[in-house]
Amino acid sequence: MAVDVVAADDTDDQEIAADAGQEQGRGNLVSSIQSVLHRYPALSPALVLLAAYVVFTFLGDGRFARLDTTGRMLQQTAVVGVLAIGQTIIVLTAGIDLSIGVIAIFSHLFMARLAMNNGWPSILALLAGFVAATLFGTLNGALVSKVKLPPFIVTLGTLNIFVALGLIYSQAREISGDDLRGSGNGLLVWTGKTISFGSLRITTGVLMVVVLYAVFAYVLSNTAWGRHIYAVGDDADAAALAGIDVNRVKLSAYAVAGLIYGIGGWILLGRADTASTNNAGGANLDTITAVVIGGTSLFGGRGLIWGTLLGALIVTVYNTGLSLAGVNQDYRTLAIGILVIVAVAIDQWIRKARK
Amino acid sequence: MTDTTDATVPAGRAGDQPLCELRNIRISFGGLHAVDDVSVNLYPGEVVALVGGNGAGKSTLMHALAGAHPADSGEIWINGQPVTIHNPRDARTHGVEVIYQKLALADNIDAAGNVFLGRELRTKTGSLDDEAMASATQKVLARLNPRFKNLKTAVKSLSGGQRQSVAIARAVHFNARILIMDEPTAALGPAETAQVRELITQLKAEGIGIFLISHDIHDVFDLADRISVMAQGQLVGTVDKNAVTKDEVLAMIILGKRPEETTPDDIAELTS
Ligand SMILES: Nc1ncnc2c1ncn2[C@@H]1O[C@H](COP(=O)(O)OP(=O)(O)OP(=O)(O)O)[C@@H](O)[C@H]1O
Ligand SMILES: [Mg+2]
Repeated sequence: MAVDVVAADDTDDQEIAADAGQEQGRGNLVSSIQSVLHRYPALSPALVLLAAYVVFTFLGDGRFARLDTTGRMLQQTAVVGVLAIGQTIIVLTAGIDLSIGVIAIFSHLFMARLAMNNGWPSILALLAGFVAATLFGTLNGALVSKVKLPPFIVTLGTLNIFVALGLIYSQAREISGDDLRGSGNGLLVWTGKTISFGSLRITTGVLMVVVLYAVFAYVLSNTAWGRHIYAVGDDADAAALAGIDVNRVKLSAYAVAGLIYGIGGWILLGRADTASTNNAGGANLDTITAVVIGGTSLFGGRGLIWGTLLGALIVTVYNTGLSLAGVNQDYRTLAIGILVIVAVAIDQWIRKARK
Repeated sequence: MTDTTDATVPAGRAGDQPLCELRNIRISFGGLHAVDDVSVNLYPGEVVALVGGNGAGKSTLMHALAGAHPADSGEIWINGQPVTIHNPRDARTHGVEVIYQKLALADNIDAAGNVFLGRELRTKTGSLDDEAMASATQKVLARLNPRFKNLKTAVKSLSGGQRQSVAIARAVHFNARILIMDEPTAALGPAETAQVRELITQLKAEGIGIFLISHDIHDVFDLADRISVMAQGQLVGTVDKNAVTKDEVLAMIILGKRPEETTPDDIAELTS
């Protein structure tokens, strides 16, 4: 496959090492670690996750290692996890999306209110929520690709616009899961339904997130669209000269991300078991954190969707592990901050491997 | 229609239909006339060398034909028909392939991914057919650089010459009718350069027309049929390779004068 994630045979390694010539000064072990990490972008987050899991398992009082804790962590990761798929796609195009959380919030409010207040059948309310989120994403995409504004500015603007729309639309009233279930709209909170494997309790929402990761992992690495996402983020000019319609690819990336946020809204509704403007507050930055820790380059064109899932899990594992160890919230936030900076520093170091 | 078949175009060609004509092309960047009313043409199986100093406008002129930077004014004719080329896709539909001076590769994607970028091969289910793309790439690259093996590494970790081979492979794989080669051998070693020269000869024999931009006057004389010289955005003239000497071409490049305007003193000064 074309994106730089697959091992080539050993002869290639040797040739490159010989070509580069400069690698000899450095320790052989260090440089081969560096180049292995470069080859498999999801490997470093996987190792970090594994290390965190092992450390918290052996250092704690035993609660961390229990299956119910794992189940709770998976449930906690679901919303950020699904939203971060959209963020990854956008970051791969060398963009950024600050309006993620509010799009998900708007869509879950929209679904709940259409069903409760306007009497829409829940399936239609659900689809309308997806459509609204897709339109919001498309608006972001149009501003980025057609009006050519920087993604940071566009989504900072639409962040505020969508927050306001959500507040105006919902009149700050909440709709509870019980209200939805009581009115025959259980479909809207179906994503919060528990599935138990012994003491491991997850939700249908968690399963949906895993399926979505699998789908987008396939799409990004096995379709022309996916390859164009990478190419556009890698070098937009080169992509254009290769005949790729860069604007269309960017527009579609934001639109697809919007749809993912719509699905995220559904998962949010099930997870929070209420539709409220207070839900998913920190989702924007949490998704960026997951993407960065997951090894996707903020400069675009390099990264793997699975890395993002690992990144999101790492944040949850750190939070939970530290919390069970009695570390208070402030210090946990501090730890995550350090983790982000270390992740980016490692990413820079890895990228030097083949320059 | 402006008369592009001026005196400097070899007469023997007048009867045939050119494969490609650029007529009165103008391109400006702000106040800078990068290409100023330039007309050149190309016949099937012919190599036309575009030469000139740095910044003469050679690449910019070719960008108009490639769709990389559409002309401000002027016409492009292919096979006797006027065509509009707004973007690289338009150029491709007219059989124009380009090896860009800056190569235009996506750094994090491997050789096959770059060769097929924008026109990926797919399997029946619509997914990327990486195997087919890799083996096709292997085949083209074998023509250029038999020792090229790093098919699966990101092109950013390839040497300059290997990257250039990938860019050439991309241009020749798709059965171009018109090939633009912008300093195709700048980064290549002697063996690879020889391969490219051999390739140019083969492509010529297949009836492909080639615009070759080069600073190597020996390459130009070895490979080209005609030579179009540009200076400061303008066409100094187009000459038949067999009708001029290297010194005369150098005089065109450096002094901006056509052979008939050049005095023996000019030549003496250049060669001293
Ligand atoms: N995108 C651009 N924006 C502004 N000016 C440009 C641009 N591209 C080219 N130019 C200018 O146009 C002129 C012609 O440039 P061009 O690249 O066509 O020259 P060239 O003949 O290919 O030179 P070289 O032999 O160095 O490649 C130069 O003065 C250059 O600075
Ligand atoms: Mg040039």
